[in-house]
Amino acid sequence: MLLISCPWCGEREETEFHYGGQAFVAYPADPESLSDEEWAQYVFFRDNPKGDFAERWVHSAGCRRWFNTVRNTVTSEFQS
Amino acid sequence: MTVEDLRRSPLADYPGVTEIPFLTMVDVRVPPAGDAAARISARLGGPLPVVPNSVVQAGARHILWLGPDEWLVVGPDGDSELAGMFPEAVDVSANRTTIEVRSRDLLEHGCTVDLHPRAFHAGRCAQTTIARTQVILWQTSDEPVYRLLVRASFATYLADWLSDASGS
Repeated sequence: MLLISCPWCGEREETEFHYGGQAFVAYPADPESLSDEEWAQYVFFRDNPKGDFAERWVHSAGCRRWFNTVRNTVTSEFQS
Repeated sequence: MTVEDLRRSPLADYPGVTEIPFLTMVDVRVPPAGDAAARISARLGGPLPVVPNSVVQAGARHILWLGPDEWLVVGPDGDSELAGMFPEAVDVSANRTTIEVRSRDLLEHGCTVDLHPRAFHAGRCAQTTIARTQVILWQTSDEPVYRLLVRASFATYLADWLSDASGS
């Protein structure tokens, strides 16, 4: 069992959470000027590092709030 | 036939499980520091709790913290006047029913929240899962007495599970 720390509710079991992918993927500043290639990069392409990775999670069975965290993709240790 | 006649509690005929049917639940979504929050707490006669997972009593009502800008006001049957007074308050009574449980051991069969008195005690609540069902778990007394606010359509499942777990 993996305990994940919700910034509001404290430590809860992993099954209460859902994963939201990479954090800080900004919406394009001028979306109408994007080429198909740039749209594809924005919509489908994400970093896949070995090590610390900034991610979004949602405490879906609890307070239902989204939060950002840093997880080590090798050990699944949460940094923050 | 009126709406009152059609109303039925999900566990009315269920043996061995204590249901508290028809509690009024009003969901309040409001920024905690704004004027609207002040008006609502003045009407409630008590502050909206800002400590996560805590419960404050205001007269016959209890105010449960559900999120940084969300609360659940639980009152006796028919007590939904708040929902008519404030656009931020919505009557969600039909969403959930309430099961009362008087055993920590029983809940610990299916709940991953630490229920030991050092971590969880009267006046605390938590939104979590019990036996894979989403519930609002609320401890009303240190005896201990817990209330499980469970969605009406999951109530018989949870009652089945509690009944089974209490025999094991």
